[in-house]
Amino acid sequence: MARKLNLRIWRGDATDGGLKDVQVDVNEGEVVLDVIHRVQATQMGDLAVRWNCKAGKCGSCSMEINGKPRLACMTQVASFDENETITVTPLRAFPVIKDLVADVSFNYKKAMEVPAYEHPKELAPGEARMEQIDVERSQEFRKCIECFLCQDVCHVIRDHEENKKSFAGPRFFIRIAELDMHPLDTLKNRKRKAQEEHGLGMCNITKCCTEVCPEHIKITDNAIIPMKERVVDIKYDPARMFAGILKREKRN
Amino acid sequence: MSGVFSPSRAKIKERTLRTDKWWLEPAITFGVLFSFVIYATFRAFEGANYYAQHLISPFYSPCLSEACVPEATMFGWTPVSAEIFNFALSPALIILIFPLGFRMTCYYYRKAYYRSFWMSPPACAVAEPHKTYTGETRAPLILQNAHRWFFYFGLIFNVILTYDAIISFKNPEGEWGHMSVGSLVLVVSSTLLWFYSLSCHSCRHTIGGRLKHFSKHPVRYKIWSWVSVLNHSHQKFAWYSLLAVAFADIYVRQVATGAWTNFYFF
Amino acid sequence: MTLERHKYDVLVIGAGGAGLRAAVEAREAGLSVAIICKSLFGKAHTVMAEGGAAASMGNVNDNDSWMVHFRDTMRGGKFLNHYRMAELHAKEAPDRIWELETWGALFDRTKEGKISQRNFGGHEYPRLAHVGDRTGLEIIRTMQQKIVALQQADGREFGDMEAKIKVFAECTITEILKENGKIAGAYGYWRESGEEVLFEAPAVIIATGGVGKTFKITSNSWEGTGDGHALALKAGANLVDMEFLQFHPTGMVWPPSVRGILVTESVRGEGGILTNSEGERFMFKYIPDVFKDKYADNEAEADRWYEDQDNNRRPPELLPRDEVARAINSEVKAGRGTEHGGVFLDVSKRIPAEVIKKRLPSMWHQFYELAGVDITKEAMEVGPTCHYVMGGVEVEADTAAAVGVPGLYAAGEVAGGMHGSNRLGGNSLTDLLVFGRRAGAGAAEYVKSAGANPVSDAHIKAAAARIEAPFSRQGGENSYSLHAELQEVTHNLVGIIRTRTEIEEAIAKIADIRARSKNVAVAGGRKFNPGFHLAFDLDNMLLVAESTAKSALLREESRGGHTRDDFPGMNPDWRQINQIASFDGEKVNIKSQTLPVIPKELFDLFDVHELEKYMTPAEIAKGGSN
Repeated sequence: MARKLNLRIWRGDATDGGLKDVQVDVNEGEVVLDVIHRVQATQMGDLAVRWNCKAGKCGSCSMEINGKPRLACMTQVASFDENETITVTPLRAFPVIKDLVADVSFNYKKAMEVPAYEHPKELAPGEARMEQIDVERSQEFRKCIECFLCQDVCHVIRDHEENKKSFAGPRFFIRIAELDMHPLDTLKNRKRKAQEEHGLGMCNITKCCTEVCPEHIKITDNAIIPMKERVVDIKYDPARMFAGILKREKRN
Repeated sequence: MSGVFSPSRAKIKERTLRTDKWWLEPAITFGVLFSFVIYATFRAFEGANYYAQHLISPFYSPCLSEACVPEATMFGWTPVSAEIFNFALSPALIILIFPLGFRMTCYYYRKAYYRSFWMSPPACAVAEPHKTYTGETRAPLILQNAHRWFFYFGLIFNVILTYDAIISFKNPEGEWGHMSVGSLVLVVSSTLLWFYSLSCHSCRHTIGGRLKHFSKHPVRYKIWSWVSVLNHSHQKFAWYSLLAVAFADIYVRQVATGAWTNFYFF
Repeated sequence: MTLERHKYDVLVIGAGGAGLRAAVEAREAGLSVAIICKSLFGKAHTVMAEGGAAASMGNVNDNDSWMVHFRDTMRGGKFLNHYRMAELHAKEAPDRIWELETWGALFDRTKEGKISQRNFGGHEYPRLAHVGDRTGLEIIRTMQQKIVALQQADGREFGDMEAKIKVFAECTITEILKENGKIAGAYGYWRESGEEVLFEAPAVIIATGGVGKTFKITSNSWEGTGDGHALALKAGANLVDMEFLQFHPTGMVWPPSVRGILVTESVRGEGGILTNSEGERFMFKYIPDVFKDKYADNEAEADRWYEDQDNNRRPPELLPRDEVARAINSEVKAGRGTEHGGVFLDVSKRIPAEVIKKRLPSMWHQFYELAGVDITKEAMEVGPTCHYVMGGVEVEADTAAAVGVPGLYAAGEVAGGMHGSNRLGGNSLTDLLVFGRRAGAGAAEYVKSAGANPVSDAHIKAAAARIEAPFSRQGGENSYSLHAELQEVTHNLVGIIRTRTEIEEAIAKIADIRARSKNVAVAGGRKFNPGFHLAFDLDNMLLVAESTAKSALLREESRGGHTRDDFPGMNPDWRQINQIASFDGEKVNIKSQTLPVIPKELFDLFDVHELEKYMTPAEIAKGGSN
C-alpha cells in the first residue's frame, strides 16, 4: 500500500545548498530514514546521510525533521499528516559537510576536555564494591547514545558560534555529572572545572536538551541542575563563605 | 552572521523550519505571567483590603509594618516603620522580595521567562534574536545561584501562611472550629506552596542530591526519592501555587471590599 | 595533489569492542596507535549487544569457574571451537570485566556490591555481567573513555593529546598493504571528503566485526559488510569455517523499518505463540523425535504449561533456536508465510496488555517507537535474522596473529575459531575484550622486533587506481541494486537451510554478480557519496558470500549454524575438520584442515559419555593429546 510522500531534502555543502523537493513511495510503518534510503537508492545515489544501527541505539542518524532535532530512524512517517511535506535538513548547530551530514567533531573535541575517571589507587581490579543505589544516578547518564541532538538544540552554541570554545554542552554536562556522582571516582575538582572551564554557568536551563533526548535522560533535572547546585555548594554558598568552610573545600 | 546563519552551516534562510505551533506555549506563559505581574504590582502598592475577618492575603503575610491592620500582624509584631522617606510603605513591599525572589530564581520559572520574555530561546530550535549571550555567568544573572536562600526563606513563609490558614478556621466572632470558603482557599494555597517548595530543585539537592553515596545515608536517600517524585511535577506546582496564591489574594480582597461574602460551611 | 600520509606503530581497523581494547593494549605497551573506523567514534555495532558479557566471576553462584565456562562454550560450539581460544577466553574473561570497572564502567550490582550476573541460554550458572539491556553500549563507552584517558595522559606528557593515539573516524580502508611478504600499512579514503589516505605501520589489527549485511534480513548495521574478512583474504590470510552463521529465529520482518531487529526470546517465554498465514499454530508439526518427551504435542497441554510447569510439557515455541528458525523457514517456503515473508508471533491474544508492558517493557517500546506496532493489540511478523558469523580470520590463539601474514592480527567477530559452530549468548562481548587485548599485545610484541617496512610507490598507485575506477565508468551497474540482488541470493540459497543444488546455484549467481560488480559506476562526486562507499563494501560482501557458499557446499553435515537439508545429522568425522578459505586473486578456494587435538587436561573436564556424542571412538580412546 505504497503512497507518495512529498519530501524536502536539504542538499549541498558548506559553500552552497538548498532544499530540494522529491516525491517518493512510502509504505506503512516506515520511518523517515527508510524513505531517505529509498530516495538514495532510486533517485539520488550520492545523497549523503549518516546512519548505523537503525534501531535507535547508536545515535548516528541525527538530523532535523520539520525543524526539530530528531533521530531519523525513530521518526515514524505516520506521525505526520498524510499530505504534509516533510522537510529534512542537517543539524544546524554544526558545520555542514554534505547534504544531511554535519560535522560533529566539536563534540569529540569537548569529550577530550572532560578529565577522565580516576579509580582509587588502592583498589585492585575486582575489589570494587558499589551499591546499586549509588550507581543508578550515573547509569542514567551512561545511557547516552551520543546522538548530539542535545548539543544541536542548545541555543548557547546553536545561536552563538563564539560560545563553542567555552561551552561543553549538555552531553558533557551529563558526563561531568556522571563522574561527579560516580561512587568511586577520586578526582576532586570536577565541580569547579564544570563552572570555570566547561561553561556550566552559560546554561540557562531552558530544557531543550531534555526535550530532544531520544533516551529520555533527564539532562536538566538530573544532571545540569544538580551540578549547578553542587557548584553553589563550593562557590556561592554565603553560609559556607562565612564559616570559612570554603577554604577547606577549595580543592573540591 | 552568527548562529544558524554562520557561514559554515547549512544555508537555510528560515530561523526555524518548525511547522508546529511552537510560539503558543511561550505566548501563553507570557500572557499569564505578565497578567500576574501587573495584578501583583497593583496589589502590592494598594496597601489595603488585605484582611477580612481572619482571612489574610498571602501577599501581605507576614504583615510587619506599623501600618498593618492589627489583626493581620503576627502577635502585634511590627518592626518596620510605616513610612520611609515620607513614602507610605505598603506592608506587601517589605516582604515581597522573598516570594518574588524564590520564584524569580526558581529553576522552572527561569526556563519559563527566559523563553517567553527574553526569547533566549523562544522555543527549541528556534533561533533567538540576541547577538551575544553569556548565560548566568555574570551579574545580574549570576545571582540565580542564590536560589537556595530564597528556598529557606520560602519555608518560613510557608509556615506563616499555614498558620494564616489555621487562623481562618475561626468564625467572625473569633470562635474556633468554623470553616468558610475563605479557609478552604487559604488551605489550598498554603498546601500548594508547600508542594512547590518541597519539589524545588534546591530542596532536592539539599536533602540528598549532594551526597555521593546514598547507601551511607539511607534516611536522606528515602526522603530524596520522595522529593524526586515531587520534583517531576515542579512545573505544575509552580503554576498551581501561583494561581492559588493569586486567587487567595483576590478572594480576600473581594471579601474585604464587601464585593463577595465569605460563605461559612459551619 | 599530495597524498595524505600517516605513520604509526600499530593500525587498528575497526573501533568496536575488540578494536578499542586492542588499541588500549598497544598504547599501554608504549606504541603509537591509529584507530580507523567507518562510522563516527563510538557507533560500532558493539552498542547493540544487550544481554551481557559472560565471565565466570562467580558473584552470584560461586560454583562457577573458568572450567565450567569452558565446558559451556565448547558444548555451545558443538566442539568445533579452537580449544585454546575457548580456554583463554574462559580463563581471562573475569579479569577483562574487572578491568573495565577500573576504567569507570558501572555494571549492575549484587546486594554485596559486586557485579551482578544474569542467566543466559547455554550458561550453566548466572554469568553475564550486564547493565540493564545496554551492556554493549556500556562496554564501548567505557573503552572510548579509556582511550580519551590515554590521550589526556599523552597530552600531559607530549603536549598533544593525539601524539600517540588518534582516532580516524569515517575512514574506509580499501586495502591492506604488504611489502616483502610482511604488513606495511593500509590504504583508504575519507568518507567525508573522498580524499585518499595512506597509513604506514608494521602491524595491522583487524577488528571489523561481522558480515550480516551480506544477507537480506540481519540484525547487523550497515557496517557489517565483512570488510575485515575480505581485507584479510586479499592480504593472504585465511578464513576458517565461514559456513557457520548464527540465525536468530525471531527477527522482525515487518514493518521494513525494523526488519532484522531482534525480538528477544522472552517473548516466547512469556507465552507468545507462532502461527502461519492460515492461522495454524505450526510448531507442533516440527517437534523432533529427541524432544518428543519434553515438548507438548497439543495446544491444551502447551497452554497449561505456563501455569503448571511440573505436570505439563513445554510449548514447542520454546524449542532451541535452530529448530524454531528451521520451522519458520519451512512454513514460509511452503507458502504459508505472511505477506512479507515471515510468520506471526502473537502475545496480544493471550496476555493482558498491562502484563505485556510490565514483563516485556523494552520489546513493547521497541515496537511502539520504531515500528508503530502495539504488541498488546496486534501480532508481530517475525522470521529468522542473520545475527552473527562464527567463521572468520584464522588466527593463532595466544597472539591473535593471522596465520600466514606476519604483522596481521584479528580479533572479535572477524576472527574465527573461538565459537566453533555456534556462539553462546554473552560470549561475544568477552571475546572482544580477551582477544582484543591479546591482539594488541601480540602486535606490540611483533612491532618491537620488526623494523619499519615502507610502502612502495607501485603499491600506492595500484591502490589509488582501484579507488578511482568506479568514477571513470559511465552507465555501468548500480551498486544498490547489485547489493539487493546479492542479499536475495544469500538469503534464499545459503540462508538458514541449505541443500547442494541451492548452494551450487548460489555460487554461480554470486560469481555472476561479482563479474558485473567490476562494472559498477558511481554518480556524483567523491564527497560523502554513499553510492561510492557501497561499491567497496559490495566487493567485500561478495568475497564473504563466496567463502560462505563454498564452505557450505563442502561441509556435508549439519552442525550449529550450518544446516544441510540433505545431511541432517552431525558427523564426528566432520568435527575434526576446519574449512580454510583462501583467495587467489580471482576466486576463493577451500581446503580441509584438521583441528588441533584437545589436550588431556581439557578433555578430562568433560564426562566421557558427553564427548561420545561428538567425537569418534578413536578420539575417545585417545583421550586427548598429552
